[in-house]
Amino acid sequence: MSLELRNVTKRVGADVHIHETSLVLEQGTFNILLGTTLAGKTTLMQLMAGLDRPTTGEVWFRGKNVGGVPVQKRNVSMVYQQFINYPNFTVYENIASPLRVAGVAEKEIDAQVYQVAELLRLTPMLKRRPNELSGGQQQRTAIARALVKDSDLILLDEPLANLDYKLREELRDELPKLFADRDCIVVYATTEPAEALLFGGNTATLHEGRVTQFGPTSTIYRRPNTLLSAQVFSDPPINVAKVSKQGDEIILGEGVKWRAGKAVLPLPDGSYTIGIRPHHITPTAQKDGAATLEGRVLVAELSGSESILHFNMNNQTWVSQSHGIHPFPVGSTANFYVDVDQSFFFGADNKLIAGNA
Amino acid sequence: MARIILQDLRHSYYADPQKDDDWALKKLSLDWDDGGAYALLGPSGCGKTTLLNVISGLIRPTGGRILFDGRDVTDATPEQRNIAQVFQFPVIYDTMTVYNNLAFPLRNRGVAEPEVDKKVREIAHMLELDQRLDRRASGLTADGKQKISLGRGLVRSDVAVIMFDEPLTVIDPHLKWVLRSKLKELHHRIRRTMIYVTHDQTEALTFADQVVVMKDGMIVQIGSPIELFERPKHTFVGHFIGSPGMNLLPCNVENGKAVFASQAIETLNAKAYRGNGKQLELGVRPEFVRFAPTGIPVQIIKVADAGRYRIVETRHNDGTIKLLVPEGTEIPVDGAHVQFDPGHTQVYEDGWMVT
Repeated sequence: MSLELRNVTKRVGADVHIHETSLVLEQGTFNILLGTTLAGKTTLMQLMAGLDRPTTGEVWFRGKNVGGVPVQKRNVSMVYQQFINYPNFTVYENIASPLRVAGVAEKEIDAQVYQVAELLRLTPMLKRRPNELSGGQQQRTAIARALVKDSDLILLDEPLANLDYKLREELRDELPKLFADRDCIVVYATTEPAEALLFGGNTATLHEGRVTQFGPTSTIYRRPNTLLSAQVFSDPPINVAKVSKQGDEIILGEGVKWRAGKAVLPLPDGSYTIGIRPHHITPTAQKDGAATLEGRVLVAELSGSESILHFNMNNQTWVSQSHGIHPFPVGSTANFYVDVDQSFFFGADNKLIAGNA
Repeated sequence: MARIILQDLRHSYYADPQKDDDWALKKLSLDWDDGGAYALLGPSGCGKTTLLNVISGLIRPTGGRILFDGRDVTDATPEQRNIAQVFQFPVIYDTMTVYNNLAFPLRNRGVAEPEVDKKVREIAHMLELDQRLDRRASGLTADGKQKISLGRGLVRSDVAVIMFDEPLTVIDPHLKWVLRSKLKELHHRIRRTMIYVTHDQTEALTFADQVVVMKDGMIVQIGSPIELFERPKHTFVGHFIGSPGMNLLPCNVENGKAVFASQAIETLNAKAYRGNGKQLELGVRPEFVRFAPTGIPVQIIKVADAGRYRIVETRHNDGTIKLLVPEGTEIPVDGAHVQFDPGHTQVYEDGWMVT
């Protein structure tokens, strides 16, 4: 019981929107499409929903090729970034609408609307119209409509992007709970790595129309298969630099070197690309064996709980993210410590060859 | 360049405001130094954009005065106030080149061409647009266009204040990141008064030296990011700033000590409580809660992986307590207890910190 993309591609004229992609999403799972704007998230969703047809390849659902099946005949719900509701309907009627279309009995409709409204804390607003609601309530109404008809596939395309920060946090907390005891497949598109992490489930990292990696979210985050996947899944952006391994030493430009850790030691001598997430570069040494980077501070962003320090070393900008308040003056020179065991090593083809698990 | 003073400012969109709710801004006063970086932070509908428009001169306030360097500008037009403004969506001339877009605010003011050229190249360099100066603006990506908007706001050296209204909302996270730090760097370099409006705490806290937290048309607290984080004066600030926000737990105060879950809890301020409040709450941020062998017994409800830390939701009969646990720290399976950092645990009386 799954949704399968089999060698799917999507071209529009000369532009390739989706390169050949195969993906299997299992029933009862929460799946995240993570990537920047134009990475192909929306196109993939439209192919999954049947709103668009692949140029080549097939879409299978529960063992059937659904390529020719119109979207109305498939049990699919979609929620968009822009809140879409019927402006002349009350919240109640908005939520009830898919059930009315399906010809569900009045009593049953009432029960289901109340159930889902309760879940999304919309009960006090049922008699209002969308324009009398806050943005968060409007989006909750759209989500309620997607949930009320027991869909096999629910697609959410950046549903929280237009909401206030705090509301986003709240709904992020609630959403997975809503799907916890459902059998449907949920697909959720986002540009934010933090959002993917908090949802858990599975993540597909997307870059320029390609799925670079797919698997359990925390695995993808902690063991990205390529530099590209690591970059897609890092916010703030991951620090990237060239290093060379010589014997038991790793050398990063002039004067910076450290002892190769267990994972890296067996690698042949030569040059590699290293990826270090900002929170593994800190202004105080966290443990023995840390490599020291001496840099000139460019920007110090102090959020109250965290310090984000941008510094220049070897003509490159580095970013450090740490707990606490480290008010380095701009222009000053400071030492930063790299937890080298947490760094990723990529080969010439940018594939991961060593790194933390 | 300007020091900005707001005196007893009020504004209503109604001609004849009656009740409290009719006021979009409810009597607020502010004093901003010349050259500072300020943020107005709050949820939708808190009045932050109204306040911004009052300062820029797009709205004439119902009451109160606005002073720029001691000069009353309450009735002055935006042009007379000499401000630059950057909006949420790029405001650029699509058919013009990047260069001409950046030059526009200067040429418009009759600045001599050699000076225009110097300024345009300088700002383009800071924003890493130098390679695209001859390109048409229409060919740029969303963030490229927003960079032009920022550049147009920053290019004039004679403006009193530069205002930003949610300038990074439409930008992808990884680019948002780059532009945010760029803006901070630019402020450091040009030292012009900047006012930044946003609902995003990260943007406000990382950009500004002073953040004005607003709610329902009022200022709840003005403070540095550190003050707002460590000493929220109101539970709203505790909740709104921080992700997740502050834990707020029902409590009593007995003999100068806060009591929660039938235990005396060390706090910063319980001693100051005089016993008038209707509702007492204990506030402690998830960053200042830790697992310990003794303390408040809790049950672990949920663990969410946020990458560099985990958010653990725990429950005691008297309330939900969240903790932030650094990557690699163990989380007890059962028989868990939590303790609060006494230096960062405060008592709130009807929402306000007891002082």
